[in-house]
Amino acid sequence: MQKLLRFLKPYTRYIVLGPFFKLLEAVFELIVPVVMARIIDIGIANRDTRYIWHMSIVLVILGICGLGFALTCQYFASKCAFAYGTDLRSALFRHINTLSRTELDRLGTSTLINRITNDVTSSQQGVNMAIRLGTRAPFLVIGAIVMTLLIDWQLSLIFLIIAPILGVVLYCVLTRTIPMYTRNQQKLDVIARHTGESLDGVRVIRAFSKQQQETERFAQECADLEKSMIAAGRISAVLNPATFLIMNLGIATVLWFGGLQIDAGRLSQGDLTAFTNYMTQILLAGVQLANLIQILTKAQASSLRVADVLETHSTMQGGSAQVTDSREAICFDHVSFTYAGAPHPALENISFTLQKGQTLGIIGGTGSGKSTLAQLIMRGYDATEGTIRVFGQDVKSFDLDALNRAIGYVPQKALLFTGTIEENLRWADENAPKENLRRALEIAQASDFVDKLQYGMQTRLVQGGRNLSGGQKQRLTIARALSGSPEMLVLDDSMSALDYATDAALREQLHTRCQGMTKVVISQRATSLRDAELILVMEDGKCVGQGTHEELLKTCEVYHEIYATQNT
Amino acid sequence: MNKTIRRIMRYATPYRKYLLLTVVLSFIGVSLSLLVPIFIGKAVDLAVPLTVPLSTNTRIDLAAILQVVIELSVVVVVSALFQWLQGLCINRLTFGTVKDLRSDLEAKLQTMPISYIDGNARGDLIARVVPDIEILSDGLLQGFAQLFSGLVTIVGTLAFMLTINIKIALLVVVLTPLSFVVAAQITKASHNAFVWQSELRGELSGLTEELVGGVNVVKAFAYEDRAIGRFEEINRKLGAAGQKATFFSSMSNPSTRFVNGLIYAAVGTFGALGAIGAMPWIGVMSVGNLASFLAYANQYTKPFNEISGVIAELQNALSCAQRVFDVMDALSEPAEDAQPAGEVRGEIAFEDVSFSYSKDKPLIRGFSMKAKPGQRIAIVGPTGCGKSTIINLLLRFYEIGSGRITIDGVSTRDMTRDDLRRHFGMVLQETWIFTGTVADNIAYGKPDATREEIEAAAREAHAHSFIKRLPDGYDTVISDTSGLSQGQKQLLCIARIMLTNPPMLILDEATSSIDLRTEHRIQRAFQKLMEGKTSFIIAHRLSTIRSADLILVMRDGNIIEQGTHDQLLRRGGFYAELYRSQAV
Repeated sequence: MQKLLRFLKPYTRYIVLGPFFKLLEAVFELIVPVVMARIIDIGIANRDTRYIWHMSIVLVILGICGLGFALTCQYFASKCAFAYGTDLRSALFRHINTLSRTELDRLGTSTLINRITNDVTSSQQGVNMAIRLGTRAPFLVIGAIVMTLLIDWQLSLIFLIIAPILGVVLYCVLTRTIPMYTRNQQKLDVIARHTGESLDGVRVIRAFSKQQQETERFAQECADLEKSMIAAGRISAVLNPATFLIMNLGIATVLWFGGLQIDAGRLSQGDLTAFTNYMTQILLAGVQLANLIQILTKAQASSLRVADVLETHSTMQGGSAQVTDSREAICFDHVSFTYAGAPHPALENISFTLQKGQTLGIIGGTGSGKSTLAQLIMRGYDATEGTIRVFGQDVKSFDLDALNRAIGYVPQKALLFTGTIEENLRWADENAPKENLRRALEIAQASDFVDKLQYGMQTRLVQGGRNLSGGQKQRLTIARALSGSPEMLVLDDSMSALDYATDAALREQLHTRCQGMTKVVISQRATSLRDAELILVMEDGKCVGQGTHEELLKTCEVYHEIYATQNT
Repeated sequence: MNKTIRRIMRYATPYRKYLLLTVVLSFIGVSLSLLVPIFIGKAVDLAVPLTVPLSTNTRIDLAAILQVVIELSVVVVVSALFQWLQGLCINRLTFGTVKDLRSDLEAKLQTMPISYIDGNARGDLIARVVPDIEILSDGLLQGFAQLFSGLVTIVGTLAFMLTINIKIALLVVVLTPLSFVVAAQITKASHNAFVWQSELRGELSGLTEELVGGVNVVKAFAYEDRAIGRFEEINRKLGAAGQKATFFSSMSNPSTRFVNGLIYAAVGTFGALGAIGAMPWIGVMSVGNLASFLAYANQYTKPFNEISGVIAELQNALSCAQRVFDVMDALSEPAEDAQPAGEVRGEIAFEDVSFSYSKDKPLIRGFSMKAKPGQRIAIVGPTGCGKSTIINLLLRFYEIGSGRITIDGVSTRDMTRDDLRRHFGMVLQETWIFTGTVADNIAYGKPDATREEIEAAAREAHAHSFIKRLPDGYDTVISDTSGLSQGQKQLLCIARIMLTNPPMLILDEATSSIDLRTEHRIQRAFQKLMEGKTSFIIAHRLSTIRSADLILVMRDGNIIEQGTHDQLLRRGGFYAELYRSQAV
């Protein structure tokens, strides 16, 4: 948790005040037996009814004060824990947004989601309990030990022997359970991921009538989790009984050696009573401490998972350059790229130049590197070799936000977000005037169906736009990219769900109404790219042909084949 | 709330032997631990210098003390042992119960109508399966651990108190409910806050799921700041709700402690008054009696603290459990008891079928068509015209509003859904790859397929060559996000169908993300696959459906034209127009 301490810093006052009030409560609690002793020693001894009533009122007042202090502590504890948790969760979310695709690919989104939701909550709970119990228990332990030292230092040596034994037990349990809790968390991740997958693939699962098998797989995973939970629980179950055992054996030892001391005339009976009382006090505090440590262990495992993300830094640094007007739109100079951890390059030795306002077509088989190439243009990844210039400057020199704003991107998978259609369209530019949104919808061939919806642009999309058809979603994602009036538009095979008539109309509109806009179009349809000024033909990460449609028909065998198959 | 508890306990039923053991073990363990003060008292009493020394060199009875110390040690060891065993039982009890609950929830999700899954946020459903049940698990763990030992402590100390002085013991019993009243009040107050908190938690999970899941799009649009803004807004609300819920529930501990303090004071006061005879009805009471009474009063009230603490924890757990049971209570697809059909020939008919997703917006009206066995039916039309809906209805992902759909003359409603779907092979535009090896993904519909069969299917689907290039070939672990292209994923989905070879086929834009060259190459495989099978093909590449036996042209939920390619072209209608616009 040390790594997350900085998130607690703004709430130092709570961390100081909370335990302080808890201590006050403990002190008041310690006074109660003293008052009771006076009732016995003075009240009963003197048969003083009035004194007894007075003292009982004192007891009630002490109780009320204790209540007040305790509530204050609980209030500060909850304030601090939730402020901390909220900050941490925000920071984690912010941080995830700064990571580049390389790190995101490596971490995986499902575990990130789990860390934001579960692990932060667990860490927050740790803070809450630490404030509530963390000082009271050690305070009582230390106080008791000091008191015993004052009574008889020789007998108190027993405490000094018992404390390390207790420490060793705690240490052993903790070092074993922390990795186990981490493993449990990983198993939970598996269940979360599997649940997500089974929701995504619900149609396929049902079509294959595999509900039974899915259910069994889940049952298997749950049983697996159960096993590992029980394994971790088995070790942490030792903690409480062990504390109880050690402490009470300590009391037995105190009684024996205390007996010897009394026998030798060095200790009184009253002192022995006090000693055992203090030992009991330590025992109770020790049990509390053990429970607290269990909570903290879990919190620690979660905190480590959170810190792990926070310490992952983006391997991609943006520059400060803004996008300026330039005749050259894209220039690849001997660019190669290999995904982190992949054995073979995804792109090899790609070179080409494109001018502003032109259209770049990219065609090729599945897995030939088309999407990767598009990702490099918008700096989703950095080239392993060679240089890439966009808008006339090195792509690495741009401010990342500025670069992203200048490029309108339409992903392969039509991904929309919860909110109205209008809110989705405003992703590229929050303050885009309504006419721009209209125009974008028109160009994307989406205005017809949007107008037919009961609430038009105010129609709410449920998650991922599941209430729309594939083609409708694609047209909206295109409109979303266009509504920011970008310098460059990247269409990553984003028209696959459109029928030909719509596809043709869309291309015509892009051509006539977005003349100054540079377009990068990945497609599998040669006809979609016919009018492009430059077409790259990709195969297995290499560019096997580049030129215009007419040139390629003559020079590029692969292109010729693609075109021929389509027009038979 | 009580209903929720009863339902949770029903899940614990299979583990009742652990429940029983927990009760027995904690009874013995706690009872023994209650003896500890008595032994200590005994030893202390023995540590008084004797008036007549036993021998010349000892002034106190060391042998007797040793005896007590040994007895104490034995009791402590046995008690610790029982406490430990109790912990193990509680582990099994809790984790077993939670496992069953979670498995059941997952099983339930598998039976939910598609409309339920389409209509609920994915992240929220996942939140119910993972964090909600985890919180319940924590709550149960604490609950089982402290509830029983607490009860035993209460009963045990009460018994000891009754033996000392019945009147004052009864006074304690009368005051006890005060503790419960206070706890109940606080529980009520914090319940709403907890419900609010878990709702917001679900909302935040949903948003996180969406924004983190789509983080690449977020970045591509430089939307980060606004994403953060939206996230922080809900996060702040969650923080406030959580703080409130936690504070309210944490009030119960000090409050019951306060009530306990009152009980302690009452015992002290009345005990003292009894000792001096100021209140004759109390009866005889020595100072020693009062001292041990006070010791036990302290012991007695401690479990109330613990139990009220546990109740707070349980409350949070219960509101999470409620969210789980909400899903459980949603209507499943109705169970069916129809006889499984044997072989089907594949005659499919839609008779006057109407359907809409929402009541106010009719989509399909009076749709009729007939497909003879082995025919290829192509459905074309502009996007959003209802093509995919036909598939949803045919496979009963959604139930039709009126009319009927028959297969070999039998209404699909008279078949079980599983039986109906088993006869279809389906390739959708939205690929679905689960985390597992390539071979597992291909063999999804036929888990007992041999490696040769899998490879043969992959070859037919033209997936073999790219699979071979993966680091571990067919044993490479892949997932939806593991870097396969859409096209590669689609080839795997096609291989999946190649392997199961069902009598009827549905291809919903199956080749839209495969490049034409590959498509052309696997076209023959498709032709082979479709041979003798009734097939529904949805495509917008008209070239791929030219050879269909029947083409249905749809627009706005209706069939506006039907016939073969040549007939439709000759007719010069909507289809002909579409076709011309494509041929360029």
